[in-house]
Amino acid sequence: MDRFRMIFQYFQSNTESVMNGICGLLALASMKMYSCFDFSCPCLPQYNMAYGLGIMFVPPIALFLCGLMLNRQSLVMLEEWRRPQGHRKKDLAVIRYMCSSIMQRAMVAPVVWIIVTLLDGKCLICAFSCSVDPEKFVGFANVSPVQVQQLLAKVPCKDDELMRNNTSRKAVSRYLHCWSQALGWSILLILIIAAFLTRWLRPCFNQATFLQARHWSNYIDIEQKIFEETCCEHSRLFAHKCILHFFESMQQEIKLHSFSLPREREGAGGEDNILCSITDQDQVNKLLKMWYNEKPPLNVSQV
Amino acid sequence: MDKFRMIFQFLQSNQESFMNGICGIMALASAQMYSAFDFSCPCLPRYNLAYGLGILLVPPFILFLLGLVLNNNISMLTEEWRRPQGQRRKDPAVLRYMFCSMAQRAMIAPVVWISVTLLDGKCITCAFCTLVPLELLGNTSHPSLSQGEMKQVLARIPCKEIYNGQELIANEVAIRYLRCISQALGWCFVLLMTTLAFLVRSLRPCFTQAAFLKSRYWSHYIDIERKLFEETCAEHARSFAKVCIQQFFEGMSTDLVATHCHPPRKATANAGEATEKLLGITDQSTMNTALKSWHRCKPPLNLHPPALPSGNGWAGEEQPSVHAPVPQREIAAYYSQV
Repeated sequence: MDRFRMIFQYFQSNTESVMNGICGLLALASMKMYSCFDFSCPCLPQYNMAYGLGIMFVPPIALFLCGLMLNRQSLVMLEEWRRPQGHRKKDLAVIRYMCSSIMQRAMVAPVVWIIVTLLDGKCLICAFSCSVDPEKFVGFANVSPVQVQQLLAKVPCKDDELMRNNTSRKAVSRYLHCWSQALGWSILLILIIAAFLTRWLRPCFNQATFLQARHWSNYIDIEQKIFEETCCEHSRLFAHKCILHFFESMQQEIKLHSFSLPREREGAGGEDNILCSITDQDQVNKLLKMWYNEKPPLNVSQV
Repeated sequence: MDKFRMIFQFLQSNQESFMNGICGIMALASAQMYSAFDFSCPCLPRYNLAYGLGILLVPPFILFLLGLVLNNNISMLTEEWRRPQGQRRKDPAVLRYMFCSMAQRAMIAPVVWISVTLLDGKCITCAFCTLVPLELLGNTSHPSLSQGEMKQVLARIPCKEIYNGQELIANEVAIRYLRCISQALGWCFVLLMTTLAFLVRSLRPCFTQAAFLKSRYWSHYIDIERKLFEETCAEHARSFAKVCIQQFFEGMSTDLVATHCHPPRKATANAGEATEKLLGITDQSTMNTALKSWHRCKPPLNLHPPALPSGNGWAGEEQPSVHAPVPQREIAAYYSQV
C-alpha cells in the first residue's frame, strides 16, 4: 500500500507526469469512443463524402480542444503571454516551449482517432466509394453513369437488397479498405519517424537554451501553485479573524442589551467567551439573522 | 531530504523494471493490435504482394521506433554524445552500451509482431498466392489461361467468396500449402531469435566482462545523475518561488504602510503570529491591490540580498526586521539539507 501511495505521490508531484497521464487517458477514450460509435453510411451520392470525411475530421478537432482545455499548463502559458511586463521581463523561449509541449500532448488523441478510423476503413469506404473508377470492376463496367454513381454509393451498405450478393461490391470494398489501411499505416509511420527524430536530435540543437526554457516553465507553474496556496492560507486566516471579530461584536451587543450576564466568566478562554454570551436559542437565532442580514466588512486591521 | 530519498530509491529500484515493464506492455499491445487489426487482402494481382509484405514489415518498424521514442534515455544518449567535453571525459563504450540496451528492448515488440503474423499465415497467403506452384498442386489438365488471367485468378485465392478458379487449383489446397510454409517460416524465425538471444546472454561473460561491468555502471550513473539534477532543480524552483512570493507580500505591505500611513500594528503576544501570517494584508482593498499587482507587475526573478545566506559582504549589518528570518530559515534549511 505504501508503494502505491509513493507512486501516486510521485506522479502528482510532477506536473509533466500528470499531463502525460491525461494525454494517455484521452487517447484510450478516443479509441473507446470510436469502437462504441455506430457508424452508418447514408449510401446516397452527395451525402457519402460529407458524412465520411465529417466523421473522420470533426471528432479529432473536438478531442484536440478537449486536450487543450484539460491541460492546466495552457492557462499558465496564456497568462504568462498576456501579462504586462512589470518588473519581470518575458522570455519568449519559455512561452514557445510551453506552447509546443501543450500542442504535442493535445495532438495525441486526434491522431489516434484518425489512425484508428483509417485502419478500420469504414469512413474512407463511405467517403470515396463514388470516386472509384468503375471500369476496373466487372460489375460496374457497362452501366450508365448515373446508375453507376447510385450503385457505387451503395457499396458501403452491405445489407442493401441490390448489393447483398454483388461480388463487384465486395471487390470495390476490399480495394478501398486496402487503400485506407495503407494510408493509415503510412501516416503512422511518418509520425513515428518524426517523433523519433525530434527526440533523438533535440540535444544537438540549443540544448542549453532548451534546459533553461524547461526550467523556467516549471518554475512559473510551481510559482503559480504556491501563490494560490498562499492566497488560500491567507483567506483561511482572514476568514477566521473576521468571524471571531463578528462573534465578539455580537457578544458586546448582547452585553449591552441584557443585564443578567455573569461577569465573572469574562476572563475565561476563547471558546468559553463565545459560548457564555450566546447561550440560548434566541441569541443564536439573532446571531444567525445578523450574519445573513449584515455580513461584517472585509477588514480585520483593527482586530 | 526523506522525501528526496524515498523518491530517489523508488526511481532507482524501478529504473530497469520500468523499462522492462514498458517493453512487456508493448509486446502484449503488439499481439493485441494484430488480433484487433482487420486484415483484408485486396485480391488484385499487383496489390497483394505490396499489402502482404507491407503488413508484415511496416508495423514492426513502427513498433521499433515507438520503443525507442518511449525510452527516455534516447535523448540522454544524444546529450551525452553531443556535449562539449569540458572537465569530464567521454567514454564511447558507455554510449555503445546505452544504445545496445535500448535497441535490444525496442526489438521485442517487432519480433512478436512478425512471429504472430507468420504463425497466423494470412500475410504470406495474401502476398505469395500468385506464386503457388501449379504443377505441384494444380489441375494440369485444365485449359491454359494467359499469364495475366492466371495471375488474376490466383490473386483471388485469399478471398474465398470471390474465388473463381476452383477447377484450376482448389482453394483449400492452395491456402493450406501457403499456411504451412508461413508457419514453418514463423517457427524458424522464433527459433532463430531465441537462439540469438540465448547466445548473446550466455556468451557475454566470456568477452570483456570487466569492460562491460564498467560501461553498465557508468551508464546507470549518468541516468541517475540526470534525474537527480532535475529533482534538485525542481526543489530549488520551489524554494525560490516561496521566497519570491513572501518578498512580494512584504513589499506590498511596506508600500501600503508608506502610502496610507497605517498606525503601527500592536504586536501583542497572541495576535503577533497570526498577524504575521496575514502577511500584512488585513482588508479587502489591500488584497485586491495585491492580486492586481501580482498580475500587472510580477516581481523580478531576483531575491533580495537580506534573504540570501549571509556572506562576508554584509556581516557588519544589524539583524533585519521580523519578517526576514522566515525566508532566511527557508533557504538555510534548503542548503543544509543538500
